[in-house]
Amino acid sequence: MEEYILEMKNIVRTFPGVRALNGVDFQAKRGFVHALMGENGAGKSTLMKCLVGINPPDSGEICLKGEKVTIPNPHEALKLGIAMIYQELNPVAERSVMENIWLGREPMLRGFGVLVDHKTMYEQTRQLLKELEIDIDPKIKVKELSVAKMQMIEIAKAISYNADVVIMDEPTSSLTPNEVEHLFSMIRKLKARNVAVIYITHKMEEIFTIADEVTVLRDGNNITTNPIAEMTIDSLITAMVGRRLTEMFPKMESGIGGVKLAVHNIEVPGLLHDVSFDLRQGEILGVAGLVGAGRTELMETLFGLRHKSAGEILIDGTQVEIRSPSDAIEAGIGFLTEDRRLNGIIPVLSVKVNTIVANLRNYLRYGFFLNLKKIQKDCEDYKDRLKIRTPALDTVIQNLSGGNQQKVLVARWLLTNPDILILDEPTRGIDVGAKAEIHTIITKLACEGKSIIMVSSEMPEILGMSDRILVMSRGQITAILDRKDADQETIMRYAAAKANNNQVA
Amino acid sequence: MAQQSGVGKFINKYAIFIVLVAMVVVLSFLSPAFLTPQNLINVLITESGRGILAIGVAFTIISRGIDLSVGSIVSLTSVIAASLVQEPSYSARIFPNLPLLPPIVAVLAGLAAGTVVGMTNGALIAYTAIPPFIATLGSMIIARGLALILTNAYPVPMLRPEFKIIGQGSLGPIPYVVIVFALVAIVAYIILGYTRFGKNVYAIGGNVNAAKTSGIKVHKNLVAIYAVSGFCASIAGILITARAASGIATLGNNYELDAIAAATIGGTSHTGGIGTVPGIIAGILILGILNNGLLLLGISPYLQQVIKGIIIVGAVIFDMRKNARQK
Repeated sequence: MEEYILEMKNIVRTFPGVRALNGVDFQAKRGFVHALMGENGAGKSTLMKCLVGINPPDSGEICLKGEKVTIPNPHEALKLGIAMIYQELNPVAERSVMENIWLGREPMLRGFGVLVDHKTMYEQTRQLLKELEIDIDPKIKVKELSVAKMQMIEIAKAISYNADVVIMDEPTSSLTPNEVEHLFSMIRKLKARNVAVIYITHKMEEIFTIADEVTVLRDGNNITTNPIAEMTIDSLITAMVGRRLTEMFPKMESGIGGVKLAVHNIEVPGLLHDVSFDLRQGEILGVAGLVGAGRTELMETLFGLRHKSAGEILIDGTQVEIRSPSDAIEAGIGFLTEDRRLNGIIPVLSVKVNTIVANLRNYLRYGFFLNLKKIQKDCEDYKDRLKIRTPALDTVIQNLSGGNQQKVLVARWLLTNPDILILDEPTRGIDVGAKAEIHTIITKLACEGKSIIMVSSEMPEILGMSDRILVMSRGQITAILDRKDADQETIMRYAAAKANNNQVA
Repeated sequence: MAQQSGVGKFINKYAIFIVLVAMVVVLSFLSPAFLTPQNLINVLITESGRGILAIGVAFTIISRGIDLSVGSIVSLTSVIAASLVQEPSYSARIFPNLPLLPPIVAVLAGLAAGTVVGMTNGALIAYTAIPPFIATLGSMIIARGLALILTNAYPVPMLRPEFKIIGQGSLGPIPYVVIVFALVAIVAYIILGYTRFGKNVYAIGGNVNAAKTSGIKVHKNLVAIYAVSGFCASIAGILITARAASGIATLGNNYELDAIAAATIGGTSHTGGIGTVPGIIAGILILGILNNGLLLLGISPYLQQVIKGIIIVGAVIFDMRKNARQK
């Protein structure tokens, strides 16, 4: 059994500004479930994308069944018997189950070679699903299926390709407990068919239920590979977070004042449950949690992008109704969104327009015309103050580096002169130098008396910058820790915890 | 990003205007009748209506939408305005008992009709989230139907001279229609470049999520954007009706396509966030001069259509390559 079906050796992959994989070794055996763990950004998905050819590695070797292979694209991976089931499934929703399974290799009627043989397709699909004990009509449209059933279909598709290696990227992130159980029985069937299953997850309890072996990645390195029996939750957490020093965070002591923002018992059905906390003047409140814990959803609710079904928000002790972002801006809240490209920059417009777009009302003359001189002056000011590197203020923002784009967005929100600034992953995907600059800006703002909520998935950032740390898990707050009481292990434990009161559906 | 030489940059930025000038130069050599004041004014008169349409439609395209209803708004405006300014002596009036109204009432009624159709488009798009193509396709058919119902498909002739002068009179050598076109262009230029609403239009088209999180009231702005388009279309409807001296329910047929073509040739991007008034004017002039020039050269009108189509597609290919290079 010691024969590896898959061996990845010394895999290196860099992205502009980041070395995502730093010489990773990874092996998988037939009939074993191998869990792949690590913090957000540790390199799990990148490693698997190397394997299936989405991001081929810069260097390193992949051996399949003892033979060296190069995999330039996912199609080639499938032909070699490597199938990946993505976190975000992407089926052709309007077509039937059988058409999805045989997409691109439909059985053809003999003689012509141009007409699809639907009868054979149906029979083969029925046979396949029966073998896997999946009770789904091959002719039903995929969009009528639940996410769990779509995953079943993806797994069936992998089997139909005779895949020997099946990768699942956080497959349970949107499943109910029952569906998880069903998925696990599927995985056991795959094991019985001698398939090597690679299972990416954040969830501790799943690892110990389904995995045989576990590999932990951190900062693009393989930290440990062990049989699951030799690991404990504690040893896994220690491996995941490591023991790094909280280096290079220019934290300054700011005079923390009275309560600025108070949030009471916020509910958003299915997403947030009984969320209460407060934020003081001059404070940086870090918000930690795993992907899907509801952190961004909470921020969107505070900013009026989502509607709460219950709960109240008080600013300076007065209740405020925030139904839209413009209400929030009016109330003195700024929101640097998580996904810079999706919700932040307006790619085709200039740095100048991107800077002022949330603040146009303050540049009005005669209620209609814009004061272009003042706009120019303010943009120049912020360009100097935040050290935004751009050839000109009229440069189209998509031509700037990620870090400089982010600084423009910071400038956008500072221009609205908010008392409360929400920063959602303020340094994601930007290089180390720009990161430190943004950290300095954040600290300075707190010293100037702004209240800051900083959502981050990077532990060092959370620990280095925050005065207090709020930890979320599954839509609830599981802990609010003081700076002096917080360390990585404690935060991880609360982030993986189930809140002890009612579950969020 | 590859560094471009200064000349390359200049050509890229002003390509559309260079093409326009080149066309004028070439046609001046090919046809002596082309570069005469009368001919150029004729081109301007012919294109004024569609030019105003193109400016309005460009607002919707910049916001990453489209407005197919503008041609039909021209016809609806045409019959409504015309029916209110028919000679009282004419026996077959649409409204036989109508008292003698000042022509401004007819103009305002026409403008109101177009604006209402536009606002309806915007409200549908904003609040039901149906695609702009579908919403305005629907109103295009409905508006045309209403115009036909109102007139029973007969023309609305015998308009009073005080109304017709809008389309037929001129200030010195320059016809009123051209002056109105210029005014609309100037106002649109100011709105897009120098007002909050203008910035909102670009932001919504450039990234609607970012616009929303920046506190821009996207729904209200969409209503306003389509209202602008409808309003421009009704201005064009009035001018064309006054010039034709008759309200006609089939007036403005296919004008929406010319307007979209002009805006597109002028560099307005259908992926949103990009477009300028000078570009649009260059676009409409290129189409107008092309029509006029090919006519002067005696080229078959059918071939003209082929050439027009090629130019539209070519302009977009060029534009996309230009924008891709910036990434």
